[in-house]
Amino acid sequence: MIRFENVTKVHKGQQRPALRDISVDIEKGEFVFLVGASGSGKSTFLRLCLREERPTSGVIYVAGKDLTKLAGWKVPALRRQIGTVFQDFRLLPNRTVAGNVAFALEVIGKSSAEIAGVVPNVLELVGLEGKEDRYPDQLSGGEQQRVAIARAFVNRPQILLADEPTGNLDPETSIGIMKLLDRINRIGTTVVMATHDAAIVDQMRKRVIELESGRLVRDQSRGVYGSAV
Amino acid sequence: MRLSFILSEVRNGLRRNLNMTLAVVITVGVSLSLFGAALLVRAQVSQMKDYWYDRVEVSIFLCGPVSEAPSCSGGAVTDVQKQQILADLNSLKPLVQKVYYESKAQALQRFQQQFKGSPLAQNATVDQMPESYRVKLSDPTKFAVIASAFAGRPGIEDVQDQRQALDRLFRALGGLQALALAIAFAMLLVTVLLIANTMRVASFSRRRETSIMRLVGASNAAIRMPFVLEAAVAAFAGGVVAALGLVAVKAFLIDRTLASTFQFTTFIGWDVILWTILEVVLTGVALAVVAASVTLRRYLRV
Ligand SMILES: Nc1ncnc2c1ncn2[C@@H]1O[C@H](COP(=O)(O)OP(=O)(O)OP(=O)(O)O)[C@@H](O)[C@H]1O
Ligand SMILES: [Mg+2]
Repeated sequence: MIRFENVTKVHKGQQRPALRDISVDIEKGEFVFLVGASGSGKSTFLRLCLREERPTSGVIYVAGKDLTKLAGWKVPALRRQIGTVFQDFRLLPNRTVAGNVAFALEVIGKSSAEIAGVVPNVLELVGLEGKEDRYPDQLSGGEQQRVAIARAFVNRPQILLADEPTGNLDPETSIGIMKLLDRINRIGTTVVMATHDAAIVDQMRKRVIELESGRLVRDQSRGVYGSAV
Repeated sequence: MRLSFILSEVRNGLRRNLNMTLAVVITVGVSLSLFGAALLVRAQVSQMKDYWYDRVEVSIFLCGPVSEAPSCSGGAVTDVQKQQILADLNSLKPLVQKVYYESKAQALQRFQQQFKGSPLAQNATVDQMPESYRVKLSDPTKFAVIASAFAGRPGIEDVQDQRQALDRLFRALGGLQALALAIAFAMLLVTVLLIANTMRVASFSRRRETSIMRLVGASNAAIRMPFVLEAAVAAFAGGVVAALGLVAVKAFLIDRTLASTFQFTTFIGWDVILWTILEVVLTGVALAVVAASVTLRRYLRV
């Protein structure tokens, strides 16, 4: 589903590469943690998958497409197959919960009827039924992240990328979010999650990919946060 | 992208930045008004040109009893000379389109009308007035042909081209036209810059929306469309303001004031006003769309 082949990324104006010669293969339906110290290149990895950036060298395949050869006008179609969640939620403050989720469908041209059909379903999936008409500032952080996940997932993408989705949440709330991501993964969605949260990684026992200064130093199935010897 | 969604985005965008929208509408309105006014001046001047050049003549003044020109040393023009001149003029057809003879009495009448109310008119007598042939040319620029054929010939005091006087006048009017156009283009430039800046501000203030749109896979066109439409709507509103201004110019300035004061020419009609309005509104909207698109290409990276 996601394959990196000898990918190196040097940001403009930087000497040190953010990613060095990364080769990794993530299968359909996998759940992968991306761990590593601050600045190790986790966000860069995710941004490359979205084609927000292009690799300096190497090849990236996402959903069967070679991103280094993908025409600019096909990028939106690629992104419709990928849901994205961030640490800071990125909700629209002037739209309700339902409005925020519907926005993702409105801007890709879905009909009102279709939107009205799927939005309640996804809100129920993330556990926000009854809160459709609240505004983001009337929600807790965990609830806001659920809205963001609902928005990322409402179009039923094959891949969900999450960049420190629990970074702003307390441990208990984080567990709730992890359960939700796990459920989304079990539906068949490939999930890649960058995180610093050792407790969560240790508890979930999923595949762990560790980066260190842009190098892949560990790729372990059913791994833990800290390097197992 | 559904139309209703785009339209509601446009409406929200315009309302959210009401001050900015008003600034754009007013600036576009003012600059398009000036642009339109410049176009009207040009149309008016060219209409005056048509009107007057259509009426210009070459005047061949004949010798009177007191004429001092060397060609008049033989005294007043004789009937034989007059017939010869007329025959020669007629032989120059088709360059010579029409020939009128103006007698001393007719010349006096015209003179008195021109200087009505002045003592000059009251004191003039028939004998002081020259007889003349008034010649209308099919091509008014070929005055030299007539001048070389008739100037200095016995019985002819002088050959005059009215066109030369008009040329001086229209050179001055041409300067006016150029000035009006320069102002108009400067204003259009201001409009473009203002719209570009408005788009920069708008795309910055809505970067959260647009970044989400990018992430969920909205197309470039869908992301930029609301901004471009907003600019187009604001420019159209400015165009309507300018249109009202031009209608007011025609109804009040031209029809009520100028037309009754200056009766020596005709003024541009409603057809010219309507065409100018069309031109002005289309120019405004097109400029806005281009300025917005180019700016967004830079500031709304997709
Ligand atoms: N747009 C950019 N321009 C220049 N350098 C960048 C850019 N984005 C990231 N970097 C650099 O690339 C390296 C990797 O950054 P990245 O954001 O991928 O790290 P990260 O692992 O996500 O860190 P964190 O855990 O703090 O989010 C860092 O050294 C960073 O300074
Ligand atoms: Mg990061």
